[in-house]
This record gives sequence, structure tokens and C-alpha cells, in this order.
Amino acid sequence: MLEVIADSVAVEDSALSMTDVCASLGGTEILHQIHLAIVAGAWTSIVGPNGAGKSSLLKVLAGLLGHQGKLALFGKALETIPRRLRAQQMSWLGQSENSGEDMSAWDVVMLGRLPHQAWLASPSAADHQAVEQALRRTQPWQWRSRSIGQLSGGERQRVLLARALAVDAQVILMDEPLANLDPPHQADWLLLVRDLIAQGKTVVSVLHEISFALQAQHMLIVDQGKVLHCGASQDETTHRMLEAVFEHRIQIHTVQGQWIALPK
Amino acid sequence: MSSGDLIIEVGSQNEDRRAKELSANGSPRSVQSRRVWRFGIALIFLSGALVLLGVGVGSTGWESLTTMWEHSLAMQIVWDIRLPRTVGAWLAGALLGLSGAVAQGLFRNPLADPYLLGSASGAALGVSAALALFGVSPFATAWLVRLGLTGAAFVGAVSAVLLTLLLARGVQHTLRLLLAGVIVGVVLGAVGSLLTMLRPDIVQAMQAFMLGSTGFIGWSACAVMVVVLALCVLASVMLSHALDGLSLGEATAASLGLPLPQMRAALVVVIALSAGTAVAQAGLIVFVGLAAPHLVRSVVKTTHASLIVLASLMGAVLLTSADILSRWLIAPQELPVGVLTAILGGGYLLRLMHSQRRYENGGGL
Repeated sequence: MLEVIADSVAVEDSALSMTDVCASLGGTEILHQIHLAIVAGAWTSIVGPNGAGKSSLLKVLAGLLGHQGKLALFGKALETIPRRLRAQQMSWLGQSENSGEDMSAWDVVMLGRLPHQAWLASPSAADHQAVEQALRRTQPWQWRSRSIGQLSGGERQRVLLARALAVDAQVILMDEPLANLDPPHQADWLLLVRDLIAQGKTVVSVLHEISFALQAQHMLIVDQGKVLHCGASQDETTHRMLEAVFEHRIQIHTVQGQWIALPK
Repeated sequence: MSSGDLIIEVGSQNEDRRAKELSANGSPRSVQSRRVWRFGIALIFLSGALVLLGVGVGSTGWESLTTMWEHSLAMQIVWDIRLPRTVGAWLAGALLGLSGAVAQGLFRNPLADPYLLGSASGAALGVSAALALFGVSPFATAWLVRLGLTGAAFVGAVSAVLLTLLLARGVQHTLRLLLAGVIVGVVLGAVGSLLTMLRPDIVQAMQAFMLGSTGFIGWSACAVMVVVLALCVLASVMLSHALDGLSLGEATAASLGLPLPQMRAALVVVIALSAGTAVAQAGLIVFVGLAAPHLVRSVVKTTHASLIVLASLMGAVLLTSADILSRWLIAPQELPVGVLTAILGGGYLLRLMHSQRRYENGGGL
């Protein structure tokens, strides 16, 4: 695994890195001795079969799950970074979590500004601006005053995405961000991520939509709690590994210059 | 504001409301906070009216109120009996409403109520133990017994919560805490019932406690409740960001940099303290803590800071009106106030449940 890292990126230049990381859930080890480095300023997608440990891996990366081993954010050990500072630098979009039924979309997105606000301070003009920008970017601006409980799954997902964007963090971790989104909004999400990368942000996303995952610059293939492969999404080896990890039930094709995965 | 937004807005269902929202510098906050303020002020006015009404209702009727400046007896009735118990009902209701709102936020469960951590059965056991030990001697003055019972109820309620925390091994695991609370509630409840069964002479006193009563609340009890209420409102509003964050899920709340373990521990203390105090002064009053936050949410959707304050006011209004009704319905006799809170709160919640879409298909819950 170490040589994989060597030819992609050195640990020091990475946005996030894991050295010898293990994690357990309910007494069973779910991640085994993982070494990896996430390239700064690029989009990395994490793929793998159900139960491979993708979400757990992302949670450990975000420092949200207990673990052994070393984690670093921009070369600095994660546990030495104060909680607030860490929250400012790293934003998290979870999968099928509760979503504050009674809060308005605006209030939910404003929560993303918490890491920037002093305790008990009311939101500043900058906070208002960041929230508005995030809401306009993912489009819930028109229904910002509606409560989350009144929204459809896709609308809700866009509000949560806006919440993650409002943090304005350097590193954005997303667990299945396309869940509940219809095709146009999936395409919007893709544009959004490209936009974020252009701004120099680092994006890591767990995706089940392999064709979308192939649009990322880098790909981490996870299976049975281990990183099976780590490489450029355009690479032939990555494609072969991808087919192998899904038991050759999918095949990678190129259509109009884009890589797509089709069932076999 | 682009013109595109305006066109979309005009097409929406609540044209009127939307247009107003748009005019207010684009932020829905101003409209929302206006509604919160309006609702809060309405509840305060209602409280004032209810306290006035509560002072007028009693076996001697309004006469005592109108003649209180001339007759010292009337003054005594109003000042020493009616006013403290009405104010006391308001305070106990506020404590329960607050406790319920915090519990529902912390446990992310709309069925959570202030007694969730076992405080109700702990208080009941405390009272039955005190009654069994000291007896319901006709020679002891009612006030002395009452003071002892208040202490016993509070100690019982707080010990039960501590037991729950012990069984759940801390406050970090919400589901474990919930289950431990249920276990403690059932076991302590059973012990309390056993004690009552062994001492048939305390059954009636016990029953009165279980149904709740504001009849024994004096000024000292009010003072205790004011202090606890002020502390709890302050603490829970300061910690309300944790509840807002938690409503987005555990991981998201943690990712926002909130010190969750400490905040959660403090919120458990708030629930235990407010519920314990209310139970000690007014007995087991059901449904106020559960219903108050729901009633608030049916009027205004907001963040936890406002929800907690409004739920306190709502709980206060609910219990004060129940108290007045309990004194007035079969006057000159009294109904136990707990019976009325159950009927009032339950009835209104049922109506809400049927009139609101969010409670259908479990989606809102």
C-alpha cells in the first residue's frame, strides 16, 4: 500500500492522511491498518461494495470515529488541532442522518457557520452572506423559510449540502451526496464539486454511482476494511481493480470521452 | 434579489407571507423571529390573565379579591393561598415545559418527556417511603409533612436520575440512557407500589401525590422554583446550539466542533433539576412536559433557543389553566390537577395529531 501512496502523493503534501489506522465498531475491527493520503486541491472518490467500510473510513478521516493510528490534516496531527479550528477546516455531509425536522432550511444552513461564531454570539454579516451564497448555490434559496420536515428527500439533501458548504472549509467530506437527487441535480452537484476544486478545495466523497466516481481525479477502492487500490480514475489499472472489486458484474466503458460503468 | 426569484415566489402558495419575507432584506429570520416574539408575548399576556383569574377563583370567589384591601381575611386568602398556588402552578408548568423541550431535543424523540430519566417513579418512591416512615399522623401539621414530602420527592427524583446515569454508564449513549430510564422507572415504580400496598394507611396520600396538586405550594416553594427555572432557562438557552446540531445527527453535530459530551451532561442536569423540582412541589403532573413543546411547534417552527423559552411559557399556561379549571369545575371541591392536564394536554395533542400532515406515516416522528 505504501508504494501506492509514493507514486500518488507524499504524506506531507496531502490534505488528509492516515498512517496505520485501525477502527472498531461494536467490538469488531472494521478498518485494518490503513495507509492513505488524500491529495490536496483535488477530488477523491471512495468506492467499494456494500459493507466495505467506506463510510467508516470517511468518518475516521473526519475524526468522527474512534481509531488507533495516526491521522493528519495538512500534515498536522488531527488530535492536536483544537476542535473549533478542525471544524473550520473540515466540513462533513453525512448519510441519512436526522435533519432537524422543525428547523427552517435557513436555520439548518446557518448551523454550518457555528465553527466561525463565538459561543452565544449572533450571526455576523459574513455568516449571513455565506449562508445566502450556499443556499443559492444548491438552489434551496427559494424555500429557505420552509421547515425541513416539509421538504422532499432531494430538496432536503440539497439543504444539507448547502449546510456543508456554508462551513467554507478547505476540506469537504461527503458520504453519498447524490442520495435522493434527481439527474439534473446530480449533474449540478458535479459542477459544484468541480467549482470547489477550481477554488482549491479538497473534496472526498463516498459514492455508489460509479460513473460519477470516475469523474473524480483520484479513486480509493475499499473492500473488507482495507484500501485495495488508490490511483487516478483515468488509469487502466484502476478500472480493472474496480471491475474486480465488484466481482466483474460491471464493466468500464468510454462514451463521448467520459468513463462510465455499465452492468454486465 | 433577482427578478427570477420574485417570479418564482409569486407563484408559490403563500404569496402573501412570501412577499413579506422577501421584503425583509432577504432573510427569513426576521419574519420568523417576529412570529416567535409575537407568540411569546401572547403567552405572557395569557399568563397574566390566567394568574388574575386564578387569584379570583376559590371557595369565596371574586369577593375575596374585591374586598382584599378592607378585610384582612380576604387579603390572607388571596395573598397566602390563591396567589402562591397560582404562581406556583405557572412555575411548575414552566419547569415541565422546559424540561420536556430539552428532553425531546436531547433524545431526538418527540415522545420524550421530563420523567424519561426515572424522576417520576423516583419521586413517587421517595414520597411513599417518607409517608411509610413518618406516617400520615393527624397531629403533624400539614405544612410540616408537606415540607418533608417535598424534600423526599426531590431526593427521590434526583437519585433515580443518578441511578439511570449509573446504569447507562454515563450520558454519551442516548439509547442506553433511554432504556436505563425505562428500567429505573419500572423497577422503582414497582417498589413504590409495593410499599404503598404494605401500608394501606398511606394509599390516599400517595394517590393525591400521584395525581398532582398545586394546593400546597407556598411562597417559599415559589422562590425555589423561580431560582431553578431561571438557572435552567439560562443554561438550556446557552446550550441550545448543541440541540440544534444534534437534530442534524450525532456526526454532523460533532463535525461542527461542538463539545458534545460536556454539553450533553449539562443538558441532562437541566432535565433532572427542572423535572425534579416541579415534581417535588406539585406532584406527578403528566402530559404538560410532553405536550408543551408540541403545541409550540404547531404554531411556530424555530430553533431550540426560542423553542425552549416558548415551551416553558406554554407549559406554564397549560398548567395554570388546568389548575384554575380543577378548582372551578366542581367548586367548592377540587379535582386533582393532574387529571385535567391529562385531559387538556391529551385532547389538544390528539387534535393536533389528526390535523397535521407531519404526524402521518411516521415521517414527522
